[in-house]
Amino acid sequence: MTIGGVLVITRKNAVHSALALIITLLAQAALYLMLYAPFVAGVQIILYAGGIMVLFLFVIMLVSIERTVKERQFNKQWLVGIIAAGTLGGLFITVYTKGKDIFPDPALAAVEMQNTQNVGNLLYSQYMFAFEIASLLLLVAIIGAVVMAKKRI
Amino acid sequence: MLEYIRSYLSSDQTPGAAGNMFWAAVYILLVFLGLSVAVIAMNWLERKILAHMQVRLGPMRVGPHGLLQPIADALKLLLKEDIMPAEADGFVFWMAPLLVVLAAFTVFVVVPFGPTHAITDMNIGVLFMLGVSSLSVLGVVMAGWASNSHYPLIGALRSSAQMVSYEVAMGLAVVSAVMMTSLNAEGTGTLSMIGIVQAQQAQGVWFIFKFFPLGLIAFFIFAVAMVAETNRAPFDLPEAESELTAGFHTEYSGFRWSLFFLAEYSAMIAVSSIAVTLWLGGWLRPFPNFLTGPTWDLVFSLFPGITFLLLAAMCFYSTVRMPKHPLFRVQTIGLAGFGAALALIGLVLFVPAVRVRVEDIYWFSMKVAGFMYLYIWYRGTFPRYRFDQLMKVGWKILLPIGLGVLILTATVGLWPVIQQTIWHP
Repeated sequence: MTIGGVLVITRKNAVHSALALIITLLAQAALYLMLYAPFVAGVQIILYAGGIMVLFLFVIMLVSIERTVKERQFNKQWLVGIIAAGTLGGLFITVYTKGKDIFPDPALAAVEMQNTQNVGNLLYSQYMFAFEIASLLLLVAIIGAVVMAKKRI
Repeated sequence: MLEYIRSYLSSDQTPGAAGNMFWAAVYILLVFLGLSVAVIAMNWLERKILAHMQVRLGPMRVGPHGLLQPIADALKLLLKEDIMPAEADGFVFWMAPLLVVLAAFTVFVVVPFGPTHAITDMNIGVLFMLGVSSLSVLGVVMAGWASNSHYPLIGALRSSAQMVSYEVAMGLAVVSAVMMTSLNAEGTGTLSMIGIVQAQQAQGVWFIFKFFPLGLIAFFIFAVAMVAETNRAPFDLPEAESELTAGFHTEYSGFRWSLFFLAEYSAMIAVSSIAVTLWLGGWLRPFPNFLTGPTWDLVFSLFPGITFLLLAAMCFYSTVRMPKHPLFRVQTIGLAGFGAALALIGLVLFVPAVRVRVEDIYWFSMKVAGFMYLYIWYRGTFPRYRFDQLMKVGWKILLPIGLGVLILTATVGLWPVIQQTIWHP
């Protein structure tokens, strides 16, 4: 996953970056699998690797690569970069050293066979409101896209 | 070691569920072998059936009735020069066919040929199949882009647009079938391929006939979407010969091209087996409700053997009709030998111990074979769609119908509950 992530930002060719991003996303699906969340892993593969990344590639392929290869890849904002990296690193170190005290004990791993059912139950009971808000957001996005694409409705 | 191997035989699980590495490897090899043979047979059958539909003879030269044609084709492909265009992107060009084949074959890990005859059973089986087969789009796009040429690029763009949009309709149809599995006492459904067939067995109905005509409509949507998903006629715009030479694999030759070919046909078998599992009762034999009892069980379990004997009889009939010229002697003897081998297999399949274990595999394969014939039939009869028509069918017809079927299935399925809450609060 790390190799994929590094490749995403270092490749000069945008299509290669997108392919590396796919590897990263697949590795993330594998992480979900190891966390006993097969449903999330499956959805991750279908939506991100199979759907969204194809559209990504679709757009990137139509951009001429000759121009992008010549472009300068990194900008010169060292200070911001160092601060961001330092903060993230500090966070990681804190979590790694004191993680046992900060986080509650992990709940007993759910039975693997009922993962999908549990996700469904939670979505439609405890997190109903968030779920509906998210779907409303998507609907607004679709309408916005249609309005922008059509000159005359 | 022997004990480890034998211990699986007494269990009634898939090798994956039993955690038995040896039998899992055996199953993987068997599935791989069976698939390759099926693809080779499909190659010959498609050319032959298509030819007969167009009142031609089809391949006749290599072997009796062109039976050895696929082998000759395979040899030709292996010996052909493997060309890579000078301006192509080497690594991506090399990866694309591998990715497509990998996606097409990995799917078969969860295909249930019988209650115990699957490599493994996942609780996200259907999701896994849809997800992994959607990865093959990436291979197609990569191939089209890496070739660095116009026709492949256009083909890849068409293909990705088509596959992404038909995946939506396909997913909706699948969800309505998965919903039907939850109509039991506990009200929990399943996504596992074996679980879905067992749900059909428990409810005593194939999902295509469930809530008539809702199941049938969902099946129809899937049947259309799966043809589009595998880029076959009448939706074969990504490789429309008259417009794009060969679409995304124009620049591929030799072995790499044959990988695309292999992937296409195994993807066809994969989506057909999803359709068979979800709507046509998977490994269950036909008429489980009307023709019950031990007599009918016996009759239906004789079918595998009878099929092979029929094939053998056809071989012998052709042997008799072969030209009596000395030049044809080798072919005649070969055909007779082939017929004898088929007859032997057929006789072995009559042995009770074999019969019981093979029956479910036979029914599953026969249903899938029916779909394969449909694929050829479509190709022989339907003219190709235009691209805007294709998109219109996908988004404006299949998607709304799919949504409607989904909502109606949920309503009809929950009808007892709704009735109770409304009339008897």
